Order: sequence, then structure tokens, then C-alpha cells
Amino acid sequence: MYTNMVRIRKFEVKLTDCFTKGMLAGNIHTSVGQEATAVGACKALEKRDFIAATHRGHGHCIAKGAKTDIMMAELFGKVTGYCRGKGGSMHVADVSLGILGANGIVGAGIPIATGSGLTSKIKGTDEVTLAFFGDSASNQGTFHESINMAAAWKLPVVYLCENNQYGVSVNIHTVTNTDTIAVRAKAYDIPGVTVDGNNPLEVYEAVKKAVEYAREGNGPSLVECMTFRMRGHYEGDPAAYRPKEVTEEWRKKDPIDTFRAYLLNQSIDEKELIAIEEEMDKEIEAANQFAQESPYPDASEVTLDVYVSDNERSVAR
Amino acid sequence: MKKMSVSHAIREGMHEEMLRDENVIMVGEDLGTMGSPFAITQGFLDEFGPNRVIETPISESSFTGMSVGAAMRGIRPVVELMYVDFISVAMDPVMNQAAKMRYMTGGQVHVPMVVRAPMGSGRRNAGQHSQCLETLFTHIPGLKVVCPSTAADAKGLIKAAIRDDDPVIFLEHKLLYAAKGDVPEGEHVIPLGVADVKREGKDVTIITWSRQVFFALDAAKELEKEGIDVEVIDLRSLVPLDWETIKKSVSKTHNVVVVQEGVKRSGFAGEISAQIMEELFDELDAPVERVAALNTVAPFSPTLEDVFFPQVDDIVKAVKKVVNLK
Repeated sequence: MYTNMVRIRKFEVKLTDCFTKGMLAGNIHTSVGQEATAVGACKALEKRDFIAATHRGHGHCIAKGAKTDIMMAELFGKVTGYCRGKGGSMHVADVSLGILGANGIVGAGIPIATGSGLTSKIKGTDEVTLAFFGDSASNQGTFHESINMAAAWKLPVVYLCENNQYGVSVNIHTVTNTDTIAVRAKAYDIPGVTVDGNNPLEVYEAVKKAVEYAREGNGPSLVECMTFRMRGHYEGDPAAYRPKEVTEEWRKKDPIDTFRAYLLNQSIDEKELIAIEEEMDKEIEAANQFAQESPYPDASEVTLDVYVSDNERSVAR
Repeated sequence: MKKMSVSHAIREGMHEEMLRDENVIMVGEDLGTMGSPFAITQGFLDEFGPNRVIETPISESSFTGMSVGAAMRGIRPVVELMYVDFISVAMDPVMNQAAKMRYMTGGQVHVPMVVRAPMGSGRRNAGQHSQCLETLFTHIPGLKVVCPSTAADAKGLIKAAIRDDDPVIFLEHKLLYAAKGDVPEGEHVIPLGVADVKREGKDVTIITWSRQVFFALDAAKELEKEGIDVEVIDLRSLVPLDWETIKKSVSKTHNVVVVQEGVKRSGFAGEISAQIMEELFDELDAPVERVAALNTVAPFSPTLEDVFFPQVDDIVKAVKKVVNLK
């Protein structure tokens, strides 16, 4: 888990570097500070399980097995990327890894994950699908509609709310009456729990329980992970809307620092951790180089893959 | 040939596809015991069970989004919206998810789903239950849009739509459900993107779809009495569009009227008109004329509604205008 957390952090820090240097276009939403949630949750999943990620989804995808070089290439708009450069940061997908895609629309992944759960039920297979979404997405209608259906039909879905407390600039408590999002589980008569989203072990335990519950045919659960994004909503956002003290307080709870300290406390040799960190440095550097050196898609690709059949005619008029 | 209503034809087409492919499922409101408000899925629940006939809560946004997720995993959902007007609350899964998923994943996935929706005016359903919204869908790359007019077409096209690997919006006119027509027996599939010339003529081409096909044919009969020979093209599908049939006809008649039931502004008739002007200008003897509903809300009162959307007379007048007859 430590490896993947460091991998995500270094991947995203590299992105912020590149963005500052003007090398990256578009919107880059980093999950710096939220790595423990992505990694703990995906650790509880099997390879055959599925996830739906969010616009802040780099961590989700890496934790589910996406390769950093192919992801980096996608973010640079290169043809070697996961989506041939057509999706970008908010749309990394690899269905063969069970990644049903990150999504640029807040709350849109929730019904998609529900449909994946429905599919497992229809086919009689035992995959579990986990929907990542933020605290703000929990105020979309899709949250209520989807969990209601999944609960009614006992679909094998884990609804995982990454509560980083801010929807862009708006504090969740100014737009929501309840202390937690998990309390809403009562309304659907499903299990709901709030855990420390900066502690990967706690996230893992909670999600594992929810996954087992779903796999056994009992239906969905709601797992809320309390966390904090340490950077702005997107790169270039100074996040001046958040009190400095709050940010500082959460900085002390940096999931990688705290997990590192925990591991050292568990008598793990620091050399091992340093080796992991150096290995990740190398991996991300190589990923960056791969992305830089990869070609852009040919202009002819602009109308490719809009349709499966009759594409040429259907894009012509 | 077997005579049956449009609703029966759609039901039969879907039934055959459900028997043929176990991945085909039905999703929507009141599909079970009631068999859908227009009786399209009657008996399906008993025959195929609740795993394949998913009777949903009133949650259009999420049951449509759920169908996108299922389609990404190999299911072929046929989603029914009770009225196309309700797409307003389910537009995200259609336009941002289903339509874009293939392209945005670089061709990794496809979304083989059909969204069926009754549409149309003339049933005194007022503004939120009477619209023709083809344009919302034709404007979004990634969607295919089908609008059958006859029982045979409805059956052949719904089967093609279900087999198609792209998201298909299948728009059924409410006032055509009861209309009976001959449907070929045995396997009957009509490929998407093939128009049907309903009537050949040499003076003017009327291009239309859905219920207005019958209005156009009635107009053609009246115009025949005045010596105007009208060709009527039923597009059947708007995306993909059968341009070859349009081109051939326009090159023959040199006069065009495009008829749509929906409101005129930004309608698909305008799109066809523009394409003809751009590419077939030299073939035209007169500017392309559009006949469409007024740019207003579909009214409830019968007298108002009949003024609102195109009637046979409106088409007759438009044809006379392009051929310069009073």
C-alpha cells in the first residue's frame, strides 16, 4: 500500500511541476492528500472487481492497477495514452483492469457503477463494483437514485464517499445539514460507516467488510472516508477559500507521512521505504519521459471512434 | 405479411431480440405488471423474469446512467422513457456518458443501448408531454437517432437498433402506436440509415420522418389533383442520414420541402435544408422550404394545438410556394 501511495503522490507532484511549466493543458485535479483512501479501497478489491472513478481520479486508477507511463501519456494528450489522448486527466479508463472510467461530471459515475453492479447480478457473477465520489457528489440526485435502486435490488456495489470537505470552494457543512454523509445510509437501510480516510488500513478494513457484504449478495454499503485535498480544486487554484489553519492541521495528517511513521513504528526498516521512494522516483521519471517522447495522435483520429458502426457516414452529416 | 399495430410491431421486435440474445434487457418505469403505458412490454416480466425486465423507480437519470454502466459491461439495455420530454432529467447519461464513452476511452468500450421514447403532438398532452426533441439528440455526436413511421419499419428498426453497438435514440410517435400496417413475416431487420421513398414524383421532394410522413402523403394526394407530382421521402433515421437518397431525389425534382413536427427554430429540418443548400445548390430551382411547428410551447387546447404543429394544409402551401403556385 505504501508503494502505491507514494506512486500516486509522485505522479501527481510531477503533474503539478509540468503544469506550472506550461507543459500540460486542460484541467488537472490532483488528489494530493487523499492517497490513502484510493489505495486502501482498491486494496480491498480483487482484480476482477470494478471501480468508477471521479474527475479527481488519478489515484483511483493507479490504485486499481493503471500504469503510470500510459496514464502520463494520456494526460499529455499522446496517442500512447489509455484513451489515445482523447480523454485526458478526467477520463482515464481501462476496462480490462476494471476501471470503468474517471468522469468529468460530478456524480455521473455513481449510476454507471450501479449498472456494473446490475450486470454482475444479471450474469450471476461475483464481481463487486466500487463507486468513488466526493462529498459534493453526494448532493447530486444520482446519489439518492442509485443507492435507492442498489438497495432495493441488493446490487453488489460499494459507494465510497471521499469526503474532502470542499466542493471546489464550498464547505460541505454550509450546504448539507448532516455531520456525516454516511448517516444517510439509514435512509436506505444499508450499512454506513465513516472512517479516517487518511489511514489506509482503516479504509481497507471498512471497504473489505463492505466488499464481502456485497459479494455475499447482501447489497450495497456506504463508506465515507474523511480526508482533505492539500492542493486547490485544480492546478492554478490557490484555494484561498479554505482557512490556513485547517489546511495546516490536515498537513500534519498527511497520509503518506503518517503511514510512513506508522510503518517505521512497526519496525519496518527505513531503508526499505527509501528504496520504494527511489524506485517510484525512477518510475515516474520514466513515465514522464515516455509521455514526452510519445507522438501526438494523427489529425485523422479526430473523427475516429465516435461510432462503432457506420462511423464515417455518421460523423459526415 | 402480417397486419399489426406499431406498438405490437415494436413489442414483437423486442421480444424476438430478447429471445435471440440473453444480454438484451428492458429498463424503465411500469414495464412489469402494467407492461408499460403503451403496452409495449406486456407479458415480458412473466416470460423473462425480473433480471431482464427491470421495473425501475421514477429515477430517469440514474436508471439511464445505470444502463450505460451495464452496456459498458456487455449488457444491451433497452431503456424506456415514458415520454421523450422526460429526457430533461436524464440528459447527462445520454449526452455526456453514452454518447461520448467510446470516443473518450479511445475506442476501448462501446455502449450498445437503446433509449426508446414516445414523442409527438396531437394527443392534447400539453407542453411537457408533447414535444418532438430529435434535435437534442442529432446535435450530439455519438448518438444515432431513429424515428420510424410504420409498423414494418418500427419492427425492423428496433431490431437493428438493439443489435447496433452504438447508443440509439429510438423515437416513437404516440399517435402512430395504434396505426396498423403490414409487417413481413420471419426475420425482418432494417439497417439504420436507409431512407424509404414512400411515393415517387418528379416536381417536388418532401423530406420528412415519423408521423409527418402521413401528412406529407396526404398533401401529395391533394397536390396531385392540381397537377403537382410530389416525391415523399421518409428518412426513418436521422443519424446516420441517407444522403444518397436525398441527393438523388433533389437532383430529379429540383424543389424541396422539409417537414418536421417539432418547433422550427434549430430543428433538424433546418439542418437538412442547410446541407442541401451547401451541396446541391445548383440543383435547386427554388429555396428549400421548411414546414415545422411554431416556436412556442405545445398548447393543451385542441384548437391551439392544431395550429401549433404542421397540418396537411401547411405542407400543401409550402409545396405550392416552392413551385410558385398560389
